[in-house]
Amino acid sequence: MHKTILLVEDNADDELLTRRALERNRIYSEVVVARDGVEALDYLFCTGEHAGRDPADLPELVLLDLNLPRIDGIEVLRRLRSDPRTALLPVVVLTTPTEPADVASSYEQFANSYVRKPVAFGDFMEVVRKLGLYWLILNVVPTGGEPR
Amino acid sequence: MNERTQPMLLVEDNPDDQALALRALRRSVIRIPVIIANDGEEALDYMFGTGAYAGRDLRERPGLVLLDLKLPKVDGLDVLRRLRGDERTRTQPIVVLTTSNEDSDVRRSCQLHVNSYVRKPVSSEQYDEVIREIGEYWLTVNLPPPQPFLCP
Repeated sequence: MHKTILLVEDNADDELLTRRALERNRIYSEVVVARDGVEALDYLFCTGEHAGRDPADLPELVLLDLNLPRIDGIEVLRRLRSDPRTALLPVVVLTTPTEPADVASSYEQFANSYVRKPVAFGDFMEVVRKLGLYWLILNVVPTGGEPR
Repeated sequence: MNERTQPMLLVEDNPDDQALALRALRRSVIRIPVIIANDGEEALDYMFGTGAYAGRDLRERPGLVLLDLKLPKVDGLDVLRRLRGDERTRTQPIVVLTTSNEDSDVRRSCQLHVNSYVRKPVSSEQYDEVIREIGEYWLTVNLPPPQPFLCP
């Protein structure tokens, strides 16, 4: 099965930066972008504009911004953690500097990791490189036949 | 990058692996204190300030708990269950690092909300590399949960 990263990001500049950082670091997974929380949930649960997609075809990693239109990132996280199909998906919150309460809420909803988007271009590249290599190579996910 | 000095708690019963991990971290870019727990009970004592760690200031939380699964006294999955089941440690970043190849161990760890599961490589060179990558990611890239406010 081909490998996909679901990037949940409403800011076009940050989307472009993330894509560029992944490519530059030779991470060639297909990047699917959801521009708000509704699109993200539609993609994961194969509803709305993604109706008919194979629900078993899950991304290997979700990069989740918190400040999103329609449904915010914490709520996306809460819903995917409470559904057995997506409960065990690796989700890294990748967001602009936020309140300590956002960090706490992310961990309370069992985000795997919380990473601040660096402001400087070079730092952004470096963070995406480390993040990509860690979650796509080092981290192990369950593979068995049971529903996830 | 975040500059932090929160310690790492290494829960590992094999003295060779302990020594290799300490060496790997010393040679990496991160400078952090490492606390070693030789079994699951010591790990829980450290986290909850009991036994040999009675009276420890619990506000000082590790930036990362690196947890082996096959441990004497209390095994790794039980340590994970106890940490996730307690309000004080529910959001503690925890990475399982184990030689286990069992998919059931990966699944159970994920169901217990481990932050990440990494296979322990057999060769010492690769082990060195993996420890360094884990340390750098969790202690410089990842932002840990804010320190909880605990009533004295």
